[in-house]
Amino acid sequence: MAVTAGTKLDARALRRDFPIFEQEMHGKPLAYLDSANSSQKPRQVLEAMDHFYETSYANVHRAVHLLGERATSALEHARERVRDLLNAPDVREIIFVRNATEALNLVAYSWGLNNLGPGDAVVVTELEHHSNFVPWQYIAGRQGAEFLMVPIDENGDPDVAALESIARGHTVKVVATNLVSNSLGTIHDLAPLVSWAHEQGAIFVCDAAQAAPHMKVDVQAIGADFVAVSGHKMCGPSGIGALWGRGELLQSMEPFLLGGHMISSVRVDKTTWGELPHKFEAGTSPIAEAVGLGAAVDYLEAAGLDAIEAYEHELAAYALGRLAEVPGITLYGPPADRRAGLVSFNLEGIHPHDVAQILDLQGVAIRAGHHCCQPLMQKLGVSATNRASFYLYTIPEEIDQLVEGLYAVRKVFA
Amino acid sequence: MTGDPALESLYREVILDHYKNPRGHGVIEDADAEAEGQNPLCGDEVSVYVAFAADGETIDDVKFSGRGCAISQAATSMLMEMTKGRTAEQVASLDKEELLAEIGVPLTPVRLKCAMLGLTTLKVALHKAKGTPLPEGLAGFDDLELT
Repeated sequence: MAVTAGTKLDARALRRDFPIFEQEMHGKPLAYLDSANSSQKPRQVLEAMDHFYETSYANVHRAVHLLGERATSALEHARERVRDLLNAPDVREIIFVRNATEALNLVAYSWGLNNLGPGDAVVVTELEHHSNFVPWQYIAGRQGAEFLMVPIDENGDPDVAALESIARGHTVKVVATNLVSNSLGTIHDLAPLVSWAHEQGAIFVCDAAQAAPHMKVDVQAIGADFVAVSGHKMCGPSGIGALWGRGELLQSMEPFLLGGHMISSVRVDKTTWGELPHKFEAGTSPIAEAVGLGAAVDYLEAAGLDAIEAYEHELAAYALGRLAEVPGITLYGPPADRRAGLVSFNLEGIHPHDVAQILDLQGVAIRAGHHCCQPLMQKLGVSATNRASFYLYTIPEEIDQLVEGLYAVRKVFA
Repeated sequence: MTGDPALESLYREVILDHYKNPRGHGVIEDADAEAEGQNPLCGDEVSVYVAFAADGETIDDVKFSGRGCAISQAATSMLMEMTKGRTAEQVASLDKEELLAEIGVPLTPVRLKCAMLGLTTLKVALHKAKGTPLPEGLAGFDDLELT
């Protein structure tokens, strides 16, 4: 097992932080290979949330009492932790949302409804998760703007050379892509897309939901205008995510959700909006979830995002090698050094639902489906794929268990 | 097989037989009733075609096309055998339990959707052609702009 040799990340030690692995599934050890769907949670995150509820919970930003003060300070500390993780210039540019989907909807609605019109175009790639596809398709359609698609090759790389011809005759206002593909695992070089977007005078919107758990995401180095992340994929709880946006853009935008907390003043004839980030945080926030996300950032930074990325490349290489042994398998996506820790595949003649069901009975949890990427599935000519995805707690034995499971799948359908 | 009882009960021989040799697989040209259904969970699609007998009520022939997992394909294959010779009214009121009994294996909620895709699609086809009642729960159907 050469996988763990020479890495700084000790997956076996980290794995002990995750209580979920203390149980069996269908009488077998749990091989949780569905972290790209949602990650498991370390005790440190769960305890931070418990501790917050037990000692510091109240509503934020309005209570005069001590608990309200503690809760507000915990929420704002979490915001600072997310700012640090993303290397955002200003903490007021970090907007807490439910997840990356909500972050991308926020941009599509609040920016798109005021800036898109006939003659304009939104450009996305064929590889987008539905969360960075459907909101743009919808808002562009509503505004009479075009919704254009950059083709990708078999590695998941967008055809940058085709950009000019795709966009000809339109004013490109938005370029929206992912940093890491959730279906192929491709880690994109965004630089050419970002500079092309800015040459067009367009904003660049980056879906980093699948990147932030696995590698350092630096919003300033990317040069994006908006970046979206989800807490639940990065050891944090569900129900919390973050949008980073350039301050001047966020300032100029209309609010997305309206109601309590997001106002400056409300009069019968006119309401004015609060300052950033509050303008975009209507209603009571997911406070404990934000605290959990802050603890998750602590956890990931302690493990080291560079170490996580390096370890996942090794796991991907190991998985690609082992899976290639299985007769009748088709592997999708780029070489291991260009992919995050996930592998999509199909077994000839066996539907992914059946593969996943039979694997489940052997304790192996994978995702089977279209991964919210139906345009990509159409391109690959399949309705669905299997996807095994890894994280900092994944050990090579889980990949071995997957491979053994696939032999059992083949036996059932022999 | 694998020697694993849980596995063998779910993928029992009759399911695999229907999956590998589906009954009524194909297309009826100029069908009297047809519909297309999708399972939004996995993107699977199934199309169902019906030809009525001279009385205009009895199902003379019924076929399906599309792709899907063993559970959805086997369930639809069984459905083709079960519904041939019944009237549109009878099929519209066919209880899903009757099909589940035929499938004969316990299904999780997600797999239940796989198993019901064919029946739901067939009921929609009959509704469009004959105005029979729609099935419960129509999520996933694109062509519900019914006339």
